[in-house]
Amino acid sequence: MTASLTRYGLRFVALGYLLALLIVPVVMILRKAFENGFGPFWTAITQPDAVHALKLTLEIALISVPLNTAFGIVFAIMLVRHDFPGKSVLNAFLALPFALSPVVIGLALILAYGEGGWFGKDLANAGFQVVFSMPGMILATLFVSLPFVAREVMPVLREIGDEQEQAAATLGAGAFTTFRRITLPAIRWGVIYGVILTTARCIGEYGAVAVISGNVIGETETMPLIVKRLYDGFDKQGAYSVSVVLAAIALTTVLLMTLFKPKVEA
Amino acid sequence: MSQPAASAPARTFSPAAALPGLAAGVAVLYLSIIVLLPLSALAWAARDGGWDAFWSAVSAPDAVAALKLTMGVAALVVLLNGVFGTILAWVLVRDNFIGKSAVNAIVDLPFALPTIVVGVVLLLLYGYQSPVGINVAYTRAGIVLALMFETLPFVVRSVQPVLLELDREMEEAAASLGATPLTCFRRIVFPNLLPAILSGGGLAFAKAIGEFGSVVLISGNIPYKTQVASVLIFGRIESDNQDAAAAISVLMLALALAVLMLIGLAQRWGTKHDR
Repeated sequence: MTASLTRYGLRFVALGYLLALLIVPVVMILRKAFENGFGPFWTAITQPDAVHALKLTLEIALISVPLNTAFGIVFAIMLVRHDFPGKSVLNAFLALPFALSPVVIGLALILAYGEGGWFGKDLANAGFQVVFSMPGMILATLFVSLPFVAREVMPVLREIGDEQEQAAATLGAGAFTTFRRITLPAIRWGVIYGVILTTARCIGEYGAVAVISGNVIGETETMPLIVKRLYDGFDKQGAYSVSVVLAAIALTTVLLMTLFKPKVEA
Repeated sequence: MSQPAASAPARTFSPAAALPGLAAGVAVLYLSIIVLLPLSALAWAARDGGWDAFWSAVSAPDAVAALKLTMGVAALVVLLNGVFGTILAWVLVRDNFIGKSAVNAIVDLPFALPTIVVGVVLLLLYGYQSPVGINVAYTRAGIVLALMFETLPFVVRSVQPVLLELDREMEEAAASLGATPLTCFRRIVFPNLLPAILSGGGLAFAKAIGEFGSVVLISGNIPYKTQVASVLIFGRIESDNQDAAAAISVLMLALALAVLMLIGLAQRWGTKHDR
């Protein structure tokens, strides 16, 4: 009697919390964006700045996701299969992007690659502008989304062990063949799950990109940045509409996570 | 080596998945370009003006106020999500109802939703034109709300697997000996979950002290009142005061590293608990 009462009470608290904090706000934005029908929504997301922001966001993701996927796999193999001096340092630096403020990340990149930074002058002389342009935004995106693939692949690598890899090597397979034929197929679900998380982070990053991009309207403005500018400029319809596009991407991400999670854990 | 079974016999050949040295070298170079060099440049800039400049930057009254506020709200949010996160995890593991898998999926939403959108949606429901009559715009409560949203999944996702693994026989034995559900929870379930609650809470804390995007709209950035550390640093950068920004950033970096270390300890404690 009391046990089932406790159960219902806890269920009520848990679902109420989720409803008030996550679900209702997200449903509200859908309602708000389409308040005056589909027309204003479509006009808002097809205005040139918004289209440019969408393209830029996708371009940055298209460059960042493959890079962090490839290197994430390499880091995971290094950390799980190898021993080397500085291993714990590498491990710590792979966790840091989760814990560090995106503003601090953006500033660190400016101080290294910006005008007056460590390499700013040399890069400028070489005709390469990092800060307030695409390369800097990519660097910021790479930093914040660095750990996801490695973090997802590491437990899978530990789980599968290295017996098959060793067998392949004894039979004369080279390192790359062993990786392609044995390791990669075994870790593929972990990689895919990591790629989903990386992509969501690359598309949604605000703070680090805001610091380094300089917010040049119509040039270095990604989708999260345009939401902020439209909101500050009282173009609520515009801000809500672009937010809905981002929320749709987020919901798709959550759906994909649900589909692939059992495979990762299996 | 973390594979006791596989690595027991002495190896006469190099590890099978051996990375060619080149790949490892390129990976370290990549990490240096993206993470190590920028953080070194940050530390360098912070000590550029000497100890006095560093100290005056981090002890500026508005900086101290922002850091205190950041710590305070982060601690409160961790406490709240420690409680609600544990309840959610319990409901997701032990309870059964229609739509449970959808609820389980939606818990991940804060990981996927861009932070700036979090600010926008929360202001819609809890801002000036709140349809439910709750307005937390430009208040500390607003900051707490945004951080609660952002850090919701951490404790849930860290407690859930532990609860799933937890042997129920102990609880049943306690219940059959007359222990109330509360005693059961306090004496059996909670001690087993504590390491997971702490490590999830630690991650939530780390995320909360650094959070920017979701807070920047809702906090209103009022110095001494609703200005958190990351928004303060952003202001310093915007007003071309990079050295002061770097000094406060280094403090945040040290804090992040300290929290990560404590999480590592909590996790190690958790695995010891298992055995």
